[in-house]
Amino acid sequence: MLSRTRRDLTMAEAARGPGNARVDHLLVADMIEPRSRVLDVGCGDGELLKLLESRGVDGRGIELSREGVNECVAKGLAVIQGDADADLADYPDDAFDYVVLSQTLQATRHPRVVLEHMLRIGRHAVVSFPNFGHWRIRLLLLFGGRMPQTNNLPDSWYDTPNIHFCTIKDFRDLCITVGVKMERALALNAWGRPLRLNAPWWFWNLFGEQAVFLLSRRGD
Amino acid sequence: MAELKAIVGRIVADRKREADHPHSPVAAFGKDQPLRLDAGLELSPFQVAYQTYGTLNADRSNAVLICHALTGDQHVFNRHPVTGKPGWWETMVGPGKSIDTNRYYVICPNVLGACMGTSGPASTDPRTGTPWGLNFPVITIRDMVRAQAMLLDRLGIDSLFAVAGGSMGGMQVLQWAASYPERVFAALPIACATRHSAQNIAFHEVGRQAVMADPDWRDGRYFAEGVSPHRGLAVARMGAHITYLSDAALHRKFGRRFQDRNNPTFSFDADFEVESYLRHQGSSFVERFDANSYLYLTRAMDYFDLAADFDGILANAFKATKTRFCVISFTSDWLFPTTESRAIVHALNAAGARVSFAEISTDKGHDAFLLDEPELFQIVTGFLDSAAVPRGVAKA
Repeated sequence: MLSRTRRDLTMAEAARGPGNARVDHLLVADMIEPRSRVLDVGCGDGELLKLLESRGVDGRGIELSREGVNECVAKGLAVIQGDADADLADYPDDAFDYVVLSQTLQATRHPRVVLEHMLRIGRHAVVSFPNFGHWRIRLLLLFGGRMPQTNNLPDSWYDTPNIHFCTIKDFRDLCITVGVKMERALALNAWGRPLRLNAPWWFWNLFGEQAVFLLSRRGD
Repeated sequence: MAELKAIVGRIVADRKREADHPHSPVAAFGKDQPLRLDAGLELSPFQVAYQTYGTLNADRSNAVLICHALTGDQHVFNRHPVTGKPGWWETMVGPGKSIDTNRYYVICPNVLGACMGTSGPASTDPRTGTPWGLNFPVITIRDMVRAQAMLLDRLGIDSLFAVAGGSMGGMQVLQWAASYPERVFAALPIACATRHSAQNIAFHEVGRQAVMADPDWRDGRYFAEGVSPHRGLAVARMGAHITYLSDAALHRKFGRRFQDRNNPTFSFDADFEVESYLRHQGSSFVERFDANSYLYLTRAMDYFDLAADFDGILANAFKATKTRFCVISFTSDWLFPTTESRAIVHALNAAGARVSFAEISTDKGHDAFLLDEPELFQIVTGFLDSAAVPRGVAKA
């Protein structure tokens, strides 16, 4: 569930920044203090962890797919085979400074529980996800009358791993319900560029293809 | 009958020789260096037989300790002196292999209690001049590791680049990491657990009872009486061997095929291929293994419970450890199932250790760690390569 094939890469994910790093990875990495301890949940082939380690971060990963785990271990990353829904419960409180969930929230069975665990294990959480409120998706549903399929989200409703799509507004509501503090948020357009920072939420929700949130516990 | 007697005689002679004067270097520890045992006794004098492969580098940073399993020995990568067969881990260890002898200095000691040159029940009791038999003290995994640490002191190796092993070897790896964290840079426990399960203790007990039920066991004094409980030991091995495989692997290898016949014989001959295979496993095992050693080593595994030494909290065994771990399990291993490895990973995570964990998909069961499993080799290679960089071990 946490693994994704290359065809699942959104345009924003495919966009590359300095050092050939993925733009969304750079944005996530920029939210993380150097030399902190980070758990990357659903770390795929370990590209983000590698980027973080190049910045002096002490990184660990969880990945569901065997191929992903093998690739990560072969790169020298500390990655265990596991799944966000089942295995986060095993981690002790305050084990990490940051827990990252990159493009995986929508594929978890219990996003709320996952989010709560993330902020129990780590002081901060960084969550990135595709925005189902993007205007293109809204148009597809409005005029097509079917579950939207795009180049970036190509799976049919019956075989998609993405069982819990949400919009930026939905996620913001969840953060309020769970009672977490939103430290920073960013929305990226279809080319992986951040939208205007002072834009209102409705604008992000309509034009952001994906979002990155930095969260922390209330009171911390 | 005379032929059988001759075979038994040769077996006894071969093993007696290997137990005291093995085809391996031996580190002998005199009265001044007793081995403190968990049973509350001291073993002295005692000896550790070991093999080494590769070259120790100038800063002594490239030593890899290999811990062998219950029925293994120190002959990892050379012809076995008794059976003439290749080493037991030639798939993993050797020039250009995952544990590359061009790069690392590999040491494999025979474990305490075994029968290939390290002190055990088959060795000569210096007080009596006859084999120890059941007078040998009952030993634990921790005792084995303590003896290995003394061997490394003798060899002048303060810190190991890595400790690796599967099954009982994996237990020793975990014990090393818990007992001597500062001496272990990287740890590779494969297909093992931090404690022996009730089911596994039960299997061991069946094996021990089979040995002890053999009239030639003679309360462990078979050497002195010129006999060998080879039938009991063979049955123990046959039973244990089933637990090392899997239903799927047995079915793939043998199915219900008949052995050299087309129809059942309506007798208790080995009609089925699988029977014939198990009989062969049993009879070849007794050539190279001592029945009392089998009792002692299975007992040591039964007693293993790492958390018990740390107030029942496994994570405390690895508190503040700097060792990097790579834990590996196999999908079809029902002797040491993945849940056991996950418990290790859980504890290591709780201790904040740097840990990787992979479950390898195979139908070969527990024995998969000894077999040709390319995914296993890739993971071990990747893990050791990446650990070698901060350790400063040069490429081969």
